[in-house]
Amino acid sequence: MKIKLIDIAHGRSGDKGDAANVGIIAYDEKGYEIIEKHLTVERVKKHFEGICFGAVERFELPNLRALNFILHNTLGGGGTVSLKLDAQGKTLAAALLRMEINVQ
Amino acid sequence: MKDKIRIASGQGFWGDLIEAPYYQVTKGQIDYLVMDYLAEVTMSILQKQKNKNPELGYAKDIPELMKRILPICKEKNIKVITNGGGVNPVACGKAIVKVAESLGVKGLKIGIVLGDDIKDSIEDLIAGGSYLKNMESGVCIASVKDKLLSANVYFGAFPIVQALQNGADIVITGRTTDTGLTLAPMIYEFGWKQNEYDLLSAGTIAGHILECGAQSTGGNFLGDWESIPNFAEIGFPICEAFPNGEFMITKHESLGGKVTVETVSEQLLYEIGNPEEYITPDCVADFTSIQVEQAGENRVRVFGIKGKPETEFYKVSCSYADGFSSSGSLTYSWPQALTKAKAADKILRKRLELLNLSFDEIRSEFVGYNSCHGPLAKELDEDLINEIQLRISVRSQDYHSVERFGKEIAPLILTGPPSVTGFAGGRPKPNEVVAFWPALLSKKLVEPRVEILEV
Repeated sequence: MKIKLIDIAHGRSGDKGDAANVGIIAYDEKGYEIIEKHLTVERVKKHFEGICFGAVERFELPNLRALNFILHNTLGGGGTVSLKLDAQGKTLAAALLRMEINVQ
Repeated sequence: MKDKIRIASGQGFWGDLIEAPYYQVTKGQIDYLVMDYLAEVTMSILQKQKNKNPELGYAKDIPELMKRILPICKEKNIKVITNGGGVNPVACGKAIVKVAESLGVKGLKIGIVLGDDIKDSIEDLIAGGSYLKNMESGVCIASVKDKLLSANVYFGAFPIVQALQNGADIVITGRTTDTGLTLAPMIYEFGWKQNEYDLLSAGTIAGHILECGAQSTGGNFLGDWESIPNFAEIGFPICEAFPNGEFMITKHESLGGKVTVETVSEQLLYEIGNPEEYITPDCVADFTSIQVEQAGENRVRVFGIKGKPETEFYKVSCSYADGFSSSGSLTYSWPQALTKAKAADKILRKRLELLNLSFDEIRSEFVGYNSCHGPLAKELDEDLINEIQLRISVRSQDYHSVERFGKEIAPLILTGPPSVTGFAGGRPKPNEVVAFWPALLSKKLVEPRVEILEV
């Protein structure tokens, strides 16, 4: 069965220099099991192809049913240098929530 | 010792809702009003203002705000803590003294935290073997020292605590961590010690929840945002803190917004790196230890927080001039809005090339189509697209190239694809690009100082 990430999770993103942080929070325990299993570094890196040009780091916060991703080399030089309209990566959490996941 | 204090956030950045701090002091009972005014770029802007006029260099909104709230704070015994002193906290303090005198407010102590500004000591620091290496590139700061605009150490909560212990009703700091503004009153009121790392981490995390204003009370909430009531009068967060490190996030009842586990969790995840190591000058907080639960309507209980000792370094944020940038836009309407915008972009780039201008980067974005999500944006049947804004931006070390770019946008109206509009603002001017230089500095080399002004 294909599910949309936006139906099981919400999140927030922001900037850390030229890296963006994307926090994804599952609405319930079952949702956390799904994101914990499917939102791998590889999957997220592939999702952000053409946006994230560096490494992706993943951190787990099971206490908040959340994952935190750091997308390096993503913001066109960072906050004040970047020419991007979204220089601070504010819309990248929504961009990650576009993902669709196959679950059993 | 008090068994509970209420700390209210009044500002998440310089430019945030002007009414928010006024609401915080008038719509219910609080003990402290804390306001974060300093984004990284703010320091360089303030430094430029101070270079032109030595009486400036702080958030000018503060004296204006004080005119409105000082008598209320005095009457209700609310203390105010803010880092809006920028690069000139003394001038900010003096401006507040003037406001107090004009209002006839007496018996007021204003604590000023000084010592964070190290711009004038950079050469000495380098000579002494502190190279302030860029945390990302590892390069010594000497390479940009002639272009430096500002250089500040991030102080933590303890200099503010000292000001409170000296009787300050208002504390004005320069570059203090956003979290320190909230942690300081807890340390002061509850007598927390410098080595009680779980407690310091709890106060730090409370500060993280408060530091972006309404972002923890429903603002920018990516969950069910339409369920947030009364955005127009959104209530900024209030932290009810207890001596054992537990705290409750809430807001004034009569105001809008919503405090739920979801709204608070989004803010907890905002702009963090490794959640087990949230480093501040006061402690290293562990975000994986945080427990949150809904304790009532618009009340979220936060508890269980653990932390570790602080590091031996201060973070330093330096800003330097790094060339120029400019951005211009034109809007194309149906039919073929996207095709026309893309054609205009090509024409403009060809003209820039023919002019032999020099750019480090040229970036084109199609607002209404893919400027936010790039390749993730869905392909659209072009007949369904009503309009597209072409936004084109350049960056260069060469001022002339950027200035000339600004003169090449408007001609597209008469010399390019049709049904184009939206060039009312005149030629875009070159902006100075301010870049940042994050570094570390041994805590032994900088000493915070506290001064008290009395009215």
